[in-house]
Amino acid sequence: MTAVRVLVGTRKGAFVLSSDGKRESWKVSGPHFAGWEIYHLKGSPANPNRIYASQTSGWFGQLLQRSDDGGTTWEAVGNEFAYDGPTGTHQWYDGTQHPWEFKRVWHLEPSLSDPDMVYAGVEDAAMFRSVDGGRSWQELGALRYHPTGPSWAPGAGGMGLHTILLDPQHPGRMFAAISAAGVFRSDDAGKSWRPVNRGLRSQHIPDPTAEVGHCVHRIAMHPSRPDVLFMQKHWDVMRSDDGGESWREVSGNLPTDFGFPIDVHAHEPETIYVVPIKSDSEHYPPEGRLRVYRSRSGGDDWEPLTKGLPQSDCYVNVLRDAMAIDSLDRCGVYFGTTGGQVYISADAGDSWRPIVRDLPAVLSVEVQTLA
Amino acid sequence: MIRVTLPFHLRRLAKVDDEVRLEVPAPVTLGSVLEALERSYPVLRGTIRDYGTLRRRPFLRFFACEQDLSHDSPDAPLPEAVASGAEPLMVVGAVAGG
Repeated sequence: MTAVRVLVGTRKGAFVLSSDGKRESWKVSGPHFAGWEIYHLKGSPANPNRIYASQTSGWFGQLLQRSDDGGTTWEAVGNEFAYDGPTGTHQWYDGTQHPWEFKRVWHLEPSLSDPDMVYAGVEDAAMFRSVDGGRSWQELGALRYHPTGPSWAPGAGGMGLHTILLDPQHPGRMFAAISAAGVFRSDDAGKSWRPVNRGLRSQHIPDPTAEVGHCVHRIAMHPSRPDVLFMQKHWDVMRSDDGGESWREVSGNLPTDFGFPIDVHAHEPETIYVVPIKSDSEHYPPEGRLRVYRSRSGGDDWEPLTKGLPQSDCYVNVLRDAMAIDSLDRCGVYFGTTGGQVYISADAGDSWRPIVRDLPAVLSVEVQTLA
Repeated sequence: MIRVTLPFHLRRLAKVDDEVRLEVPAPVTLGSVLEALERSYPVLRGTIRDYGTLRRRPFLRFFACEQDLSHDSPDAPLPEAVASGAEPLMVVGAVAGG
């Protein structure tokens, strides 16, 4: 019997939504860590009962929680994120150099094979790794030491490392995406990094094709073709067919190419999903109509998916980590909104319905497909 | 015995219902009380003061005996009423406003 477990991080706690493989009736558990911002939760692919959660607060700072029973009970683990070596500086809003300061964990990426190994993407942008189940954290400092580091600058939302992709086919290869620096690739498990942003054009930086400075919102890959990457940038939906060496725009007929999440179908590597948002100044769906757009050709040609989604007076946003895809035969697509809805499509996007409607603003959605 | 009151979220984290009581050797200072608190409740490390700098987190305040001690040196002795256990040291979260 298959089942799914949806891990939802919100502004005021975490929720665990469970269903069998039909994904029709749901059990809602939570709020866990009530009152805290839960930026992200993610389960270990190697042991789905091992889940890591980033718990944070403007008052009390960062905590890291771990569950070993699928999200029923939790244990606070290590929350000391000390930058490796000299702190260094990056560009501040006023153009001066500003010391790196740890603020919070935006994203957790458990190892594909080792339940005790997990990566954390943090603000101010850096990557940390734990090899003891989250009890202690070490920075993979080469990323922050990159010669371009002093030129990295925060966007309005801070300077966060928000996406970590682990390549299942090339040992040691991983990608990190930073707002607003761009995408970086390591081929040696984080010992060295280089920017891979060729082909990106960003009008909000003085040199639109600069090596770094791009406000990448999210990148995604299909595990069967890890050299193919998809990107939702501040503006533009992009694609790379060579592991990030070069990018080309695939926004095609989207009504707007601004947005936050992007994800790939579990069984069709050329089927991708985005949620267009009106603009960088108006973070809600165009015309108040919530539409997921699907491309079955890896971009350029997009179709709106509207069945079951509000088509009037809808002014929510869908944040970068708030879309996920299960791997059941009939692939399920999930996303959460800043209005507190978590939607599911159990038919790859053809039709949608809310699992829950009234959660706090949703920051992240992950799904686990359980055997 | 030193008495410390914590805001709701830290009480829940530390799994305590009421004020915390701590043995703190003299001289009783803000720093020595926080150290004893974090030793007894390791989950509170980093939540009241920064790990590296040990500076008070900006949205927290330390009150006792109707005084704001938030800006005092961590090495300054706490009021006698706190050192004797007659009054608690209060760790208070700033109101969000709005």
